[in-house]
Amino acid sequence: MSDSDQIDRRNFVKLIVASVGGFIGLSVGIPAIIYTIEPAVKVQSTEGWISAGLMANYETDKPTLFTFTQTKQNGWERTVNSYGVYVTKQSETAATVFSNQCTHLACRVTWQEENQEYFCPCHNGIFNKEGEVTEGPPPKPLIPYETKVEEGILYFYFAEA
Amino acid sequence: MTSKIMNWLDERLGLTEIYDSILDRKVPKVNFWFTLGSLSLFLFVIQGITGVFLMIYYVPSPDHAFESVEYIMNGVAFGWLIRGIHHWGASLMVLIVFIHMLRTFFTASYKFPREFTWMTGVILLLSTLGMGFTGYLLPWNQRSYWATTVGTEIAGTVPLIGDFITRVLRGGEDLSAVTLTRFFAVHVWFLPAIIIAVIGIHMYMIIRLGESSIPKEEE
Repeated sequence: MSDSDQIDRRNFVKLIVASVGGFIGLSVGIPAIIYTIEPAVKVQSTEGWISAGLMANYETDKPTLFTFTQTKQNGWERTVNSYGVYVTKQSETAATVFSNQCTHLACRVTWQEENQEYFCPCHNGIFNKEGEVTEGPPPKPLIPYETKVEEGILYFYFAEA
Repeated sequence: MTSKIMNWLDERLGLTEIYDSILDRKVPKVNFWFTLGSLSLFLFVIQGITGVFLMIYYVPSPDHAFESVEYIMNGVAFGWLIRGIHHWGASLMVLIVFIHMLRTFFTASYKFPREFTWMTGVILLLSTLGMGFTGYLLPWNQRSYWATTVGTEIAGTVPLIGDFITRVLRGGEDLSAVTLTRFFAVHVWFLPAIIIAVIGIHMYMIIRLGESSIPKEEE
């Protein structure tokens, strides 16, 4: 470079090539990163009120498994997931609904009528009728859902944990 | 600080020598047509990078190939851009590689001592066409299905072994799931591996022998 502060030809070309190259690189590189992580940050809500049928169908004070499915769009595939909840009717207008997912490591719990407890076979987690942990490794009680009864039909507000 | 790190690396890796011999080597007075080799290399790198990104979502199975490509185009953010570059870059690469070959022919650059460079170039040209042929099937739409049907049928016109060639290309009697997976494997592993290796030889030759100059009138 000469003693003037003018940029010489070689460095000018270098600068132009670097900035044009950098611009092209960024304008493809940033979209490429977004392209890669986009499905991971897409939130699909499955929240909502779900009907668990007529209250009359449930026996009072006996936890009963109710199963339902939710459809989700994963990429180009529609995935149908099955879920289960335990419904315990207290009266014609009140019921509790628990997720059947063990709070330990998400295995499914089953109601054992003879022992009056929810049992998780994976690590012997035990919950009582109110969903509280009585034995084993689960750190939290079973997840309860908000419920309402309208015209004899039980609804619960389902939100995935 | 940066120069200190660069010096440390340079002492051990010989970066300056590599830079001087690859990028700062002497070149005869040539014109634009002599840059097409670099352009081919650039396009190959672009195809490689966008191809790797496409593989994040693409599934080489008749059940999912079409839908996964549709998903790339309409579902994922910027999927259209990544596939668009790969799609247009593919056509452009065939074009550029072919013109690169024509230029080498017209400037007689294939002559001694560059015959071997020419031979490796032939492999690269054919591999590029192979990439185009195998890549064309992957979207698994009507056009790619029938183009591959026709293409493999043309291969069948070879005397005596034609039928066998068609069967090998298709992986059986019909164009099927087997065809799709083998085209995919050839497209993403066999041919790229060959191309990378042969580009290495091709570039070693050009660096070792230098570029040919444009023939003069009296020659």
